[in-house]
Amino acid sequence: MRIQKVDVAVVGGGPAGLAAAIAASSGGAEKVTILDRNKTLGGILPQCIHNGFGLHRFKEDLTGPEYAQRFIDRVEELKIEVKLETMVLNIRPEKKILAINAKEGIFEIEAGSVVLAMGCRERSRGALSIPGTRPSGILTAGVAQQWINLEGYLPGKRIVILGSGDIGLIMARRLTLEGAEVKAVVEIMPYPGGLTRNVVQCLYDFDIPLFLEHTISFIHGKDRVEAVTIARVNEEKEFIPGTEKFIDCDTLLLSVGLIPENELSSSAGVRLDPFTGGPVVDERRQTSLEGIFACGNVVQVYDLVDHVSLEGDIAGKNAALYALGKLKQPKRLIKLIPGRNIHSLVPQLISGEDMTTIFVRVKTPEKSVKLKMGQGIKEVKKPLVNPNQTLTSTLSLKELVLLNALDEVEVSIIKEGRE
Amino acid sequence: MDKTREIICIICPLSCQIKIRVKNKKIVSLESNGCRRGKEYAEQEFYNPQRVLTTTIKVKNSDSSPLLPVRTDKPIPKEKLRECMQYLANIEVETPIEIGQIIASNILKTAVNVIATRRLKS
Repeated sequence: MRIQKVDVAVVGGGPAGLAAAIAASSGGAEKVTILDRNKTLGGILPQCIHNGFGLHRFKEDLTGPEYAQRFIDRVEELKIEVKLETMVLNIRPEKKILAINAKEGIFEIEAGSVVLAMGCRERSRGALSIPGTRPSGILTAGVAQQWINLEGYLPGKRIVILGSGDIGLIMARRLTLEGAEVKAVVEIMPYPGGLTRNVVQCLYDFDIPLFLEHTISFIHGKDRVEAVTIARVNEEKEFIPGTEKFIDCDTLLLSVGLIPENELSSSAGVRLDPFTGGPVVDERRQTSLEGIFACGNVVQVYDLVDHVSLEGDIAGKNAALYALGKLKQPKRLIKLIPGRNIHSLVPQLISGEDMTTIFVRVKTPEKSVKLKMGQGIKEVKKPLVNPNQTLTSTLSLKELVLLNALDEVEVSIIKEGRE
Repeated sequence: MDKTREIICIICPLSCQIKIRVKNKKIVSLESNGCRRGKEYAEQEFYNPQRVLTTTIKVKNSDSSPLLPVRTDKPIPKEKLRECMQYLANIEVETPIEIGQIIASNILKTAVNVIATRRLKS
């Protein structure tokens, strides 16, 4: 078997991997290689043809393909090696990657450091256990997006969308503009999953009904979806009898959440966080295995690609330092613990030595609150927190000094005025 | 007779529900906007709502990608979105194509161009 030696190997060529590879190469790593199973770089971005990308990073309103191209151009300029249509089979803790493609067969990469950037996957019907038959015409919103925007197929004519995450909302508009009829968007929670901007511009603009606190109670159809029954749910998310509505449709799209893709990470032995579903990382984005870093949606599902790229920058820079033997390992690590109304946070561990930005996702929406870190370390007022928006908070060196005596710090959302 | 209408502000995540009173197709009063930007947004939404349109165009000669993603280079009036889609459905393009290349200029006399958002090599 052929063995190739590289300084930094990046697994995944989406926004996180692209940013990581660029940061690693700019940071002095001589040989940087990106491995991706797809035919093109950019991950999911080429199919996200809508605008709204890059407002933070480039101060411009870009579409997905435009955002990706800026990074792909830089990868080419830096002569970063790209292996496409390449499947990584496993990663070992000693930073050896086993991969396969049609040109080279099976080969091994011995890397100075590894960056995990595999992104996330859509939750599918199997994870929901919706009663009913198993006809064709049920697909995830992202797959529908790929068919419409990259391949030119309309998945159906009369559509119901389960889940009101941003991808589902974007697809409601896209399908409507392409001539399909979107009959309903059905959301189990009492508030929409996606951004208000998307609720207004993707649903209200086209008079698409949004059913909050509703879910699908039955899928009808033998070979093809023929209809769905939706029902209102109570606080325990149980169907309320007598509230059923029968909606005739030929296609059901699922937009019911994203899951970090960590099969390779777990087989390597990387420790995972039950709250994020991704690797436990420190502020350099190093995982529990020395020299293996992780960034982007593989670590925690982000709402903005700009944040994913930022994570890639951090992981790539530190992966290069590690490969060059210049990364100082932290003396100690302080644990950040999710407290009241915190769903998950990244990084989970901080050294307290460098300024660090914490990315936080909350469980439920709340108004007039504070993001609180530890006792008297930091409190920041937030007029509104929402599960669909990642909060960021940067700890300055001054605040980090206060952490130094501690082993763990609780991060929580508190009501204003409360101690 | 006065009419009332509610406009949900999308400028920031607070999503204020701005209430406007309308007389003779003009805003006579506006309330519940959290800030000045909300007032500007509500006025824009009431008098001339605009949207950026993104869609795809058929590619004649590409074996790698049958579609080219495009967008309007400025927002267009909201009521012209569907008409604009109809117009673009009849356009075909040939590779190579650069990002930013004009695919349809001054579409429906809006003074807005439709530009490519992806590079397609020949």
